[in-house]
Amino acid sequence: MNHVKTQHTTLEANDLSIGFFAKKKQIPLVENINFNIKSGELIGIIGANGVGKSTLIRTLARMQPKIAGEIYIENQQIDSFSEIIFATKMSVVLTEKPASKNLSVYELVALGRYPYTNSIGHLTKHDLEIIQQALTETETNNLQNKKCYQLSDGQLQRVLIARALAQDTPLILLDEPTTFLDLYHRGFILKLLKKLTQESNKTIILTTHEIDLAIDTCDKLLVITPSKTYYNTPNILINEGVFDLLFPKEIVSFNTETRTFKLKK
Amino acid sequence: MLETKKYYFPFILLGILTTIAFFSNISLGSVAIPITETVGALFGNHISKESWQYIIVDYRLPKAITACITGGGLAVAGLLMQTLFRNPLAGPFVLGITSGASLGVALLILGAGVFGGIIGGLMLHPLSITLAAALGSLLVMIFVLSFSIKIKDTLAILIIGLMFGMLSSAVVSILAYFSNAQQLQQFIFWSYGSLGTVTWSGILILGSCFLVGIFLSLFIVKDLNALLLGANYAKSMGVGIKKTTTIIIVATCILAGGITAFVGPIAFVGIAVPHIARQFFKTTNHLILIPATLLLGSIMMLFCDSIAQLPFLESTLPINAITSLIGAPIVIGLLVQKRRLFF
Repeated sequence: MNHVKTQHTTLEANDLSIGFFAKKKQIPLVENINFNIKSGELIGIIGANGVGKSTLIRTLARMQPKIAGEIYIENQQIDSFSEIIFATKMSVVLTEKPASKNLSVYELVALGRYPYTNSIGHLTKHDLEIIQQALTETETNNLQNKKCYQLSDGQLQRVLIARALAQDTPLILLDEPTTFLDLYHRGFILKLLKKLTQESNKTIILTTHEIDLAIDTCDKLLVITPSKTYYNTPNILINEGVFDLLFPKEIVSFNTETRTFKLKK
Repeated sequence: MLETKKYYFPFILLGILTTIAFFSNISLGSVAIPITETVGALFGNHISKESWQYIIVDYRLPKAITACITGGGLAVAGLLMQTLFRNPLAGPFVLGITSGASLGVALLILGAGVFGGIIGGLMLHPLSITLAAALGSLLVMIFVLSFSIKIKDTLAILIIGLMFGMLSSAVVSILAYFSNAQQLQQFIFWSYGSLGTVTWSGILILGSCFLVGIFLSLFIVKDLNALLLGANYAKSMGVGIKKTTTIIIVATCILAGGITAFVGPIAFVGIAVPHIARQFFKTTNHLILIPATLLLGSIMMLFCDSIAQLPFLESTLPINAITSLIGAPIVIGLLVQKRRLFF
């Protein structure tokens, strides 16, 4: 794709605070998150375990309430969308596996068409084309008659991405899509996501612990630390020394030259 | 993919099997009526013996219809519960409906002794047993429903249902401890289940419950499919989780509660038939699975009932025992053959 696509804001957060509710009390986990994500961008969310990456994904996906601030999709407050309209704006790939292991790959991907099909889920010719395209883009065509329990972790991840593609949304959120995968599959998934943002102008947001890979592939990174969040391009974040703040220095340090983390001896 | 044509043949086959099971169920029994006479009588032709006409119209036809409603309804209720709880072991009674019904009946039969005399005699009218079972299961349903609205975790609802079951069986035990042999026997007879006691007016009520339950399940067929991915994925695709969960529970309560009230507890059909349907149709699509479980459930119940009435013999066996006797080997066979039983 050589022609320049027009970029517009797809997802925006203003002074967003996220956290959880316990006994009707709000317990904030991360406060004052601000970002403005444009179409065609691949965004990585990184941070230590337990810092609130998954909570952020779940809050953005309306699976749990925010504590303060605003979230906008295409300049509209996310709470203003009906359930079905919201499902046409954002699709998700979660860490949990499909509940039914007996689903075939084709059935699973076809479920992505839920927001568009009629009351009995009839697939039109248009639906079939989009499902086919999703299978082709994720290279899962040859898996379509397999059942979920027959898939490897890497294959299942590709199938779940295919389902999100079939949902045909401008935004895709992925929670740790590279966990449990070998180096080849981690690279495969990130390159696939990169290609999707470039070719279809989608906004794709993922959380990951593969910081090195994220620095190399993502357009921008949201770095969450307990005290502050940073949102910028990887290069600027490196120059600002943000990655040194991620982990305790005595154990892990960031090497600006190689753009990788090293364990302290 | 829903290639509807792919399912024509299995559905035609099931339809034929249901018809055969239906007519042979009517023709078999302590008095064997030739199948040609049976079919003739059902289509309004003159039958050679007047007593046969009476047996068919007033006894065996309502019993066969009750068998279809019971088998089909419990199988669909089981399918709904397995999808809601994402658990292959779930069945129509995990919400504690049978326990509630048995508590109601136990209170009536075993409690009758306490009241004694005329009131006690009135209380043992067959219709009052139906009413007690219905009230008992209704009570449990209201509890489970009100909990399920408050609690998001479906597994917690499952455990609450189980706890209700244990609670009511404890109360039943205590009641049984204080009752006499005759009362105990009557209660045990109820717990065997019986298809033959439902009258035509009973079928009208039971049939309405059945139709409402099936209609509700078909109404949410798309949401049921989405739930196969898990609640979070379903929500992300636009499923109203709370609304869907409530409809599933209401439909199950109406189906299982209505059936238990009229025919008593029927084990096994609800758990086993959805698995058989999945193996037979090789799909997870509820648009196929609901009618498939409906037909398979009817066939299984008609078949079990035909065995229970011991052709050419005077006595009948408890239907509740026969369903397990027939059903358990089928499921074990499927498991051994496929080595896995995913839902």
